[in-house]
Amino acid sequence: MPATQNQGWLDFEQPLVELLDRLEEVTALGAAQEVERIQKQIEELKLKLYSQLTPWQRVQMARHPRRPYTLDYIERICNDFVELHGDRAFGDDPAIIAGLGKIDTVPFAIVGHQKGRDTKEKLARNFGMPHPEGYRKALRIMDLAARFEVPILCLVDTPGAYPGIGAEERGQAEAIARNLREMALLEVPIIVIVTGEGGSGGALAIAVGDRILMQENAVYSVISPEGCAAILWRDGSKAEEAAAVLKMTAPDLLSLGVIDEIVPEPPGGAHQDWDEAAKLLKKAVLANYYYLNTLPGSELVSRRIARFNSIGVFQTPENNPRQ
Amino acid sequence: MPDSESRVKPADTLWQRCNGCGEIIYRKTLESNFHVCNRCGYHFRIGPEEYIRIILDENSWEELDADLIAGDPLRFPKYPEKLREARQKTGRNDAFSYGRGMCGRIPVVFGVMDFGFIGGSMGSVVGEKVARAIRLARKESRPLIIVATSGGARMQEGIISLMQMAKTSAELGLLRQARVPYIAIPVDPCTAGVMASFASLGDVIISEPNALLGFAGQRVIEDTIGEKLPPGFQRAEFMLRHGLVDVVVPRRNLKETVVRILSVLWYRHQSL
Repeated sequence: MPATQNQGWLDFEQPLVELLDRLEEVTALGAAQEVERIQKQIEELKLKLYSQLTPWQRVQMARHPRRPYTLDYIERICNDFVELHGDRAFGDDPAIIAGLGKIDTVPFAIVGHQKGRDTKEKLARNFGMPHPEGYRKALRIMDLAARFEVPILCLVDTPGAYPGIGAEERGQAEAIARNLREMALLEVPIIVIVTGEGGSGGALAIAVGDRILMQENAVYSVISPEGCAAILWRDGSKAEEAAAVLKMTAPDLLSLGVIDEIVPEPPGGAHQDWDEAAKLLKKAVLANYYYLNTLPGSELVSRRIARFNSIGVFQTPENNPRQ
Repeated sequence: MPDSESRVKPADTLWQRCNGCGEIIYRKTLESNFHVCNRCGYHFRIGPEEYIRIILDENSWEELDADLIAGDPLRFPKYPEKLREARQKTGRNDAFSYGRGMCGRIPVVFGVMDFGFIGGSMGSVVGEKVARAIRLARKESRPLIIVATSGGARMQEGIISLMQMAKTSAELGLLRQARVPYIAIPVDPCTAGVMASFASLGDVIISEPNALLGFAGQRVIEDTIGEKLPPGFQRAEFMLRHGLVDVVVPRRNLKETVVRILSVLWYRHQSL
């Protein structure tokens, strides 16, 4: 994809954008030596820009307008995907994709949040913020998968469950809660990958799994940095500080023991090279699948529940810190 | 965020102004009427002790794990101070208490939240104790009753507190498989992470008149949709109308309702 024709680059990426533009120019001119020189500069700049990202920059990367979304990954990792629609009760929620397909030769049910690319699609997808019917569709398809012993892949990328009147009327809280309970009991492998924003309960509602992964530049948090800043300092503009306080990056979650693995992204982030990002994601999915597939369904369930049971930091009376 | 304006003040004053109708009520009268205004029916927020007294049989409460104490996994600004203040204010170590008890002579596991403790928020201690309560109910085959009031997950424990939603809900999955009944009683206010986990998963859900129940906070919704919310939005009666709670009863009928339901669901287990 030509680098700069589309907008959406972040402020701190501007030097890179300039180089990418130059590269395009000299390539058009056929100046081979110059092309090589600029390519080298680009690689060096990427290393410089992206190797020391602050927590807030990670948040921006996770929300990057050019970042691949669920359907972009499905297109690249999955053969013969059939999207399935609707919760059989109220409607179909375009903010959640659900369907069946094969990754290499392995059958999968895939469920994921879906954001829109242009303004029209963003609105149609409600910025990736599901309504209850979205979560109910997701559960319907996951339950379907479990009954036919089909493993499940969940791709998580949402600012959160939608806070609106209809969502409340139709039981947003209940829909999320039910997914948490039911996903815990599904007797098939569930692989969860946070690919962008893991926005609180709206993310967790499709993120109860046996292996929980995050892409390198994904974030996952109980509250948005903006929301946290508004509560802590009554100032939503202090999101940058809040992002650090919340410990919401992939390395943070790995060290807190909440996720199992970080899925690498291409140099400079998934948005630089969708194909490569998809390749790395697919590799992680299959490796984890082959491991989980050796375990019987009942064992998966008891380990999954034990996993969540073990999360919590408190002290018992004897003052033994327990993790 | 926690607000305790409508909570009954344990204070020095003999009189209490009703938040519903403005009537000045003699405190003793209020107490003998379940902290409900006898003129307009306004339900004052009450604490764990009152719910224990109202729902459990006299002297049957036996609390467990009262001494679990929160850690500070994120080293979050001012969290230890906040915990210390909350402990001092409530005399409790965290926002959830549970234990064994009897309800209408039925042995139960009973749990109750304290909104006065950092807005009843769920961090590791609440999550762990709710999970232990559910497990105890399953192991001892006792119906589970939880009175839930909370502003949601505890921000200060970050992602760890979000995971408590999955932890408690997963345990409820096992309880359900074991066919032990769970009565959830979300009361004013109960929202966000707690409503989106164990408080919404009761086999039967009972609430009190006018209790605020829902997923998103009202200000968040108003900011998102850019308009004012209609009166009664997210109140217990709204939840009833939309099929999200089973029954809304005045506080004085809470216990009777619980007992009636358990005496049917638990009929085969009773040895009365």
